Order: sequence, then C-alpha cells, then structure tokens
Amino acid sequence: MTDVVATNETILVVGGGISGMTAALEAAETGKQVVLLEKNPALGGRTSQLYRYFPKMCHPTCGLEINLRRLKANPRVRVLTQAEVTGITGSAGDYTATVKLAPRYVNENCTACGACADAVKTEVDNPFNYNLGKMKAAYIPSAMAYPQRYVLHPSIIGTADAEAAKAACKYGAIDLDQKEETIEIKAGAVVWATGWQPYDAAKIQPYGYGRYKNVITSVEFERLADPHGPTGGRILRPSDGKEAKNIAFIQCAGSRDENHLRHCSRICCMASLKQTHYVREQHPEDGKSTIYYIDIRAIDRFEDFYQKVQADPSVTFVKSKVARISEDENGNPVCWGVNTEGYKRYSNPHDLVVLAVGMEPSVKGVAIPANVVFDSSGFIEADPANGGVFGAGCASNALDVNRAVQSATAAALRAIQVVNKVARAEV
Amino acid sequence: MSANQEMAAKYKNSFLKEVEDQVEMGEWVKMCMQCGVCSGSCPTNFHPGWEHPPQEIFMMIRAGKREEVLTSPSMWMCTSCYNCIVRCPRKLPITHIMHGLANYAHRLGVAPKNQPTRAFSTLFWSNAIATGRVNELKLSMGLYFKDAEGKINIGEGIKKGLAMKDVALGLLKARRLNPFEIFGGHKCKDQKGIAAMLKKARELEDKRKALPQSGASR
Ligand SMILES: Cc1cc2nc3c(=O)[nH]c(=O)nc-3n(C[C@H](O)[C@H](O)[C@H](O)COP(=O)(O)OP(=O)(O)OC[C@H]3O[C@@H](n4cnc5c(N)ncnc54)[C@H](O)[C@@H]3O)c2cc1C
Ligand code: SF4
Ligand code: SF4
Repeated sequence: MTDVVATNETILVVGGGISGMTAALEAAETGKQVVLLEKNPALGGRTSQLYRYFPKMCHPTCGLEINLRRLKANPRVRVLTQAEVTGITGSAGDYTATVKLAPRYVNENCTACGACADAVKTEVDNPFNYNLGKMKAAYIPSAMAYPQRYVLHPSIIGTADAEAAKAACKYGAIDLDQKEETIEIKAGAVVWATGWQPYDAAKIQPYGYGRYKNVITSVEFERLADPHGPTGGRILRPSDGKEAKNIAFIQCAGSRDENHLRHCSRICCMASLKQTHYVREQHPEDGKSTIYYIDIRAIDRFEDFYQKVQADPSVTFVKSKVARISEDENGNPVCWGVNTEGYKRYSNPHDLVVLAVGMEPSVKGVAIPANVVFDSSGFIEADPANGGVFGAGCASNALDVNRAVQSATAAALRAIQVVNKVARAEV
Repeated sequence: MSANQEMAAKYKNSFLKEVEDQVEMGEWVKMCMQCGVCSGSCPTNFHPGWEHPPQEIFMMIRAGKREEVLTSPSMWMCTSCYNCIVRCPRKLPITHIMHGLANYAHRLGVAPKNQPTRAFSTLFWSNAIATGRVNELKLSMGLYFKDAEGKINIGEGIKKGLAMKDVALGLLKARRLNPFEIFGGHKCKDQKGIAAMLKKARELEDKRKALPQSGASR
C-alpha cells in the first residue's frame, strides 16, 4: 500500500503541469508540506508537449528543467504520478481526497536503460503525441520525463511481452504484481491545477476533422514540428506523408462560439502566430502560412510579436471565419468562406489545415466539493465560497504559461494562509 | 409625409435603433461580430441579386446606410434554409432578421418593386386572405399574365400557359385542377372568423411596432 504522510496542515496540489509544479514549489519553499498528484506517468502537463513557446520561442525543456531541479532539491514535496484525484470532500482545514493510483509495473530500480522497450513487441498509441504515431508498450513518456522511469502499458500485462520485459531488465525493476490502489489523502488546503484539454475538434462538423486527414489541430501541429515528435520534426501531411508548405490556420476553432465554447481561449491567436515561425523555419523559400481570423487577439505585451508576423511576406491574414472545409481530388483541404474585408467569396486549397482549437477546462467530471464556484465555461472562479480550494493555471482560466505561473503563485499564497490558520488553531 | 419619411425623421441618424424597434428580431443586429460564417454557409452562393451578404447588411445597418439597406433586393433572396442560424457563433436569428428587414422595407413602400419574391408574396397573401384558402388557379394565372416589369401582359400569359399545357391537362385528369375555381372558387367555412383573426393579428403587430422595443423600456 502506498503510504503518504499528510495532515490537515498539508497542501494538496492536484495536477502536475507547469501550474501545479509551480504552486507546489512555492508552497514547499516557504516550509509547508506538499503532496503533488499527477494522473500521467510524468510531470509537465501540456507545456511539455509544445515544440517551442512564445514569446521567446524557447523550448519547454528550459522552463521545466528549472522547476524539476527545484523539485529534486526539496524534501517537502511528495510527488505521486499516475495518481488521479477522483473526488474531494470536507471543508477548509479538513479535506480528504480520494486518489486512484494506477500501477506503473516499474519500480525505483529503473535506470531508464530502455532494455525492456527493446524486448517488447506490442505497440500502442502514443498519447504524448496526441496519438499521432505509435510507441512500444514499455515506454518512457517523453525525453524529459520526470520521474525518468519506464512504464508498462496495462494492455500487455499477463502477456508474453510483459514477461519478456521483465526478463530483459537487469536491475529487477519490473514488478508485474503491482495493482491499482485507491487511497485517501488528508489536506488543509487544495490547489486545483488540472489544466485544460483541447476542444474536441470533431464536434465542429463543417471543418471535417476526423473525416479529412489533412485537417489537424494546433496541439497536433506542435508535435509535428517537434524533433522528438512522430515525424522527427518534419511537417508532413498525415494523408500521404508529403511535406506541407502551404498551411492554413483557422482561429477560434470551437472558441467564441455559443455552439461550442463560449469563451475566448486567449492563447490560440498567439499559438498560431508562433506556429507560422515553424513553417518559415522549415521552408524559408516557399513556406506559406494563411491565418483565417475574426480578430487577432495578441494579448497585451505580445502586440509586437503580432506586428513582426504581419511584416512577414510569407504570412497572409484573411479576416474571415472559415465557414466550411472540403477536400479536393488531391487530398488538399479547401477552405470556404466570405472575406469580411470586401465581402468576397473565397475557396482556397491548402496542403494542411491547422485548427486553433480552444481550451476547455479539465475540471469537468471530477467530484469536487459542491460549494466551489465555476464560471459559465467551467473554469474555477476565485470566490470566497470555495473555502480552501483554489484554482490555479488553466483550471481557473485560459492562460498562457506566464500567466498560469502567476496564477499558481497566487493560489499557493492563499493555500498557505489556510494551513497557517489551521496550525495556529492547533498550537 | 410617406411612412418612409416619417420613420426616417423619427430615428434621424440612428438606423440601428430604428431596426431594433421596427424590425422583427432587429434587436439582435448589434450582436454580430462580423465573422462571416453566415455568408460562407449560405447555399445560394450569392448569385446575382444577393448584393450584400447578411454580415454586410448588419454592418451597413450599424453604419446607418438606411437607403441602401431598405431598397436592397438582398434580404429578399434568402431561401430560409436556416444554415446560417445553425452556424452563427453568436446565435443571431439571421433568417428571421432577413425576413424582418424585407417585411419592414415592404411596409414602408421602399422595397424593390418587381423583386420576384416580393411580387409573389404580395400576390399570394392577397389571394389567400380573400377566402381563407389559396385559390391556385387564380394564383398561377396572376403569375402567368405578368411580364418581368410586373405589368399585365396577355400575350406573355398565353405563351406561358401553352408551355405548361401538358402539366395542366395532367392536373385536370387527376382532378387536382378545377377550371370553375375561376368563378369565386371554394372557400373556408368561417370566412368571417378568419378575417377577424387576421384583423386582431394586425392590431397586435401594429401595437408592438408602435412601442419602442429596444433599450431600457423593455
Ligand atoms: C496549441 C497551443 C500552443 C500553446 N503555446 C503556448 C506558448 O507558446 N506559450 C505559452 O506561454 N503558452 C502556450 N500555450 C498554453 C499552455 O499550454 C498553458 O498555459 C499551460 O499548459 C498551462 O499549464 P497548466 O499546468 O495550467 O495545465 P496543464 O498543462 O494542462 O497541466 C495540468 C496537469 O494536470 C493533470 N491532471 C488533470 N486532471 C487531473 C486529475 N483529476 N488528477 C490528477 N492530475 C490531473 C494533467 O494530466 C496535467 O498534467 C499553448 C496552448 C495551446 C493549445
Ligand atoms: S485567442 Fe484568438 S483564436 Fe483563440 S479564441 Fe481568442 S480570438 Fe479566437
Ligand atoms: S455568423 Fe453571426 S456573428 Fe458571424 S457574421 Fe454572421 S451574423 Fe455575424
């Protein structure tokens, strides 16, 4: 049984993305006891799945690495991965979280040598690459995964493949007897940092995501551009593996739409502007990006980023929300609509269409205490009625990394105040 | 003063306000964010006659282009397919606004006179309310004996009639066409009741339109 020492002076952080890691570290570095729970096998969340991030176009490794170093140096944070919070009860100063721990089938002895992966034959979808491409059923989630430990996919347990992996491991790290557990963890305050999910693009019926192979989402595009991604960093069309040079970006795919998400997801304009850099980087001579938009929302100090992209002759802006997409005989997606500047009809073929999908909060579907207040899109509001539960990062709003981190620090401060109160009462 | 001049004077420079008050669902116009999905989703593909797609009409209303909007044939081209309503991210009832605008222009007497949809609607409506039932024979005759300018034209009528001769004979045989309908035709049972109902509806409608509908008073 997994043992976690936690009291009502403990701060529980749910979600190990950039926001959760930040909140956990900020609280622990003031001397608080923190338990950080992440449902995936590695920390980092969706930031780690980006190729580069705006505004400085650095690789996510740099931001995450600093946090990982702080984390390794801090004995007051207990990290549990493959730990999904399924419910929370109680009130400020006295919460109990129910946590489902999925077995990894690999223990601390793992040196990440990869012998198990060589031995295993089964391949499974790779969620880190949004299921573009496959991976071995013994895998390390990503190059910068923390913990640096392999995972066995549950589908091979009980098969010869699992036995082969066990036999291949020189360090006795594979433990096929691990079982799923459900544990309870006490806490005085909870930072809810479960982040976001890309909006399900298949629901935007006229865009044909799922019907047309060359219509993909912005998160998938990040993986295509990443050298660690399924194509080794080359932007190739899913239908025929050809290089995509003429790429359309469709803004507000599912956002600002009463039929889908009613909020502006705030980062997707910046994300597409950023992604035009990937196109130019790969095809400096003949790369072409076309951004179809309602209005470009380059939040506050990013206006200069926008202006630079505007000045780039390889990027065209079309002020129009694409009405529908069809596919021509060459497998090219064709965007149809009416340009608001001049009210002209267009039907433009492209090699690849990238849907700048909206951010949907992942809070939905978890049994979080009933008093916690959500806005009409399902993000956690900052409200006194929430008691000792504080939303952080994209669980509280559609935010970029910078703002997510600010919001996480704020949440950590509030959580610290709650456990301080508990501590004083107990003296 | 004509009805048109009266309204123009009443709302002076605020055509948007006028539309909000006087046009069915007009209060939605300000919600449009000019994304263009309605126009892009329109199956009519804006063949000649659709001068201004819906999103442009909404912008023109806000820009105070009263004459251009009200005399435009555009909103008469709407086929009521409802594609735009389904797709509009702001849930504007675009189809209804198109009809509301057409109807308002008609009421003011400024709608394009020989616009086919308008001509047909007028003919259909007066035909239907005469007896409470549509007299199909009279309706088609009314359409046949007119030229493109809307003037009575006997030669044109005979030409169209001969072209449709076989269909007419087929309908006669199947007893779907009764030539005696030309003398009055069959009526609904309670003609008076229908007339009273329509009168009441007109009263309610006029009352609603007399009240300002937009703004704080609602
Ligand atoms: C296409 C795209 C490109 C982007 N590019 C940039 C960029 O260039 N620059 C930038 O600043 N921002 C960018 N962003 C925004 C950035 O991704 C977010 O700001 C960031 O991911 C927010 O981090 P987070 O920790 O709040 O959420 P997440 O990264 O979503 O992390 C949440 C974590 O919580 C875990 N979790 C969820 N539910 C549970 C549960 N019940 N129990 C336990 N754990 C759970 C998840 O597994 C996840 O690891 C981009 C976004 C998109 C869509
Ligand atoms: S940030 Fe841009 S693309 Fe994203 S929802 Fe807002 S306006 Fe649309
Ligand atoms: S779809 Fe709706 S919001 Fe978009 S232009 Fe048309 S009416 Fe305006």
